[in-house]
Amino acid sequence: MSTKRHLWLGLLAIVLFGVVFFVPFAFILFTAAKTQTEAGELQFSLPTTWALLQNLKDALAARDYMLIIAFINSIVLTVVSVAVLVVLSAMVAYVAQRRQSRWSGLVNFLVLCGLIIPPAVVPTVWVLQSLGLFKTLTGLIFVEIAFGLAFCVLLFRAFIASIPRDLDEAAIIDGASPTRLFFKIIFPLLRSVMVTVIIVQSVAIFNDFANPLYFLPGDENATVQLTVFNFQSQFNTQYNLLFADILLITIPPLLLFLFLNKRIVEGMTAGAVKG
Amino acid sequence: MSTEVEAPPSGRPAITTPATPARKNKSPYPYWFYVPAAVIFFVFFVVPTFSSFFFSLTRWDLSTWEFIGLDNSVAFFQESALITGLRNTLIYAVVTCGLKVVLGMLLALLLTSQIMARGLLRSVLFFPVLVSTIGVGLTFTVLMDPSNGLINKSLALIGINGPAWLVDPKFALLSVALVDVWKGVGLATVIFIAGIVSIPREYFEASATDGASAVQRFWKIILPLSRPAITTVIILALIGGLRSFDLIWAMTRGGPGFTSDVIASVIYKQYQAGFYGLSTAGNVVLFLLVTAIVFPLFRFLTSREVDQ
Repeated sequence: MSTKRHLWLGLLAIVLFGVVFFVPFAFILFTAAKTQTEAGELQFSLPTTWALLQNLKDALAARDYMLIIAFINSIVLTVVSVAVLVVLSAMVAYVAQRRQSRWSGLVNFLVLCGLIIPPAVVPTVWVLQSLGLFKTLTGLIFVEIAFGLAFCVLLFRAFIASIPRDLDEAAIIDGASPTRLFFKIIFPLLRSVMVTVIIVQSVAIFNDFANPLYFLPGDENATVQLTVFNFQSQFNTQYNLLFADILLITIPPLLLFLFLNKRIVEGMTAGAVKG
Repeated sequence: MSTEVEAPPSGRPAITTPATPARKNKSPYPYWFYVPAAVIFFVFFVVPTFSSFFFSLTRWDLSTWEFIGLDNSVAFFQESALITGLRNTLIYAVVTCGLKVVLGMLLALLLTSQIMARGLLRSVLFFPVLVSTIGVGLTFTVLMDPSNGLINKSLALIGINGPAWLVDPKFALLSVALVDVWKGVGLATVIFIAGIVSIPREYFEASATDGASAVQRFWKIILPLSRPAITTVIILALIGGLRSFDLIWAMTRGGPGFTSDVIASVIYKQYQAGFYGLSTAGNVVLFLLVTAIVFPLFRFLTSREVDQ
């Protein structure tokens, strides 16, 4: 009796989830594959003629291959920021967890601030401009690192607490220097939490819109999110190309999701529940 | 894991560095490990945050400034569009947070029960969390088109006359909030699921023996024991809601008129218009709002946790 109820509930859930969560993505794909006139009708239907490849090519070629340059910018931004974030925040979390002093109290406080306080926009522009980093990818990389540190330190510190101190002591007795102890022994042990940090931060930075909008304005070195947003006004009669763009920026998270879904969910919940 | 731990240190040639006696006093956890991160955090986060308090009191063009006291804040609160922004920010945060908590909990209950395709449904629900906010915003702008959009056409099929969503001043902000919930409810749900799954099975077994109903089980066991997860979701959703900008900017740009403006979009508009002092005053208002709401709430929620 109860199994029968569960069966109906399950079927209902599948249908509802399909409509609510699957249809919008199908809509993106179908519209991206339509011809211009058909896409303009905004119908949810299979394309009568599949023009997906042509649309993707046109979308990429628009405005002198701007989207390709934007992809390169976004990838450089994401890879460099995340790499630096991982190393620096692991170093902070390690010392803060191992060496209790008044400094670790300050670190805790700053981590909390970094998580909660909304960044002050114009003063950041002012700082970047004084350093000659405004409208440069380097400047944006520093900003992304500064804004991401708090969350990464939080994740690393929780994990480092589970690594036994005996290990440090053994290495010290063997004569390892502090730097060596950390980079050769502790750092490699952080692999599992590192995967989490890398995934969460990559998604956040790749999808970031507000920071590039403020700190990297201008067409020539925009990131993908900004480029797609700007295409909106240019393509408002060419929905097929607009949706080809949206499809293109949805592919990287989709790949990540298909291969690492479990890992992502684990990481996000672990970080959130401990935070 | 444990085999990895044992492997590296042994079997290395031991003492390679000379200064053995000096090392006795030195901690193996050097403070300079803080330095690179601290410099970046200080320059690009702490300095702007502190200077925002000062610059919010000035008329400012990035190179020269003129001290004008509280004029910016006064201007901020006199402009009715900005008051709307403040009110909208609160409405948006409360609506998205409330819906994420309630729907997230219901979905978590559903997805921890014995239904089929549980794993698949969890994945489907979570995917929008990873997708670009801009992509989602642009897609839903098309889906919410008043006459041709898929949503209103579907509603018309079952005889409902859908609202004009983003074009209707009364519905614009709520429409964006609904899309925000669509995108973010997956994260709330997986956090709740993690909370529910961590409840020891004995409680459920004991309650089953005592003949507790499903409703009682929810109110007496699941809800109190997944309190840390609920705290997390409320805090995360509130912070996100108060600071939200991307989705609103992608879907309405604060329009029609100023009816869906929030503080974050006002900050951007003032910045674009060149009113840097005013924009920074907006930032300070947002800062005060977030800290005034989140810090006490955090205290309150975590203190009740300790009482348990």
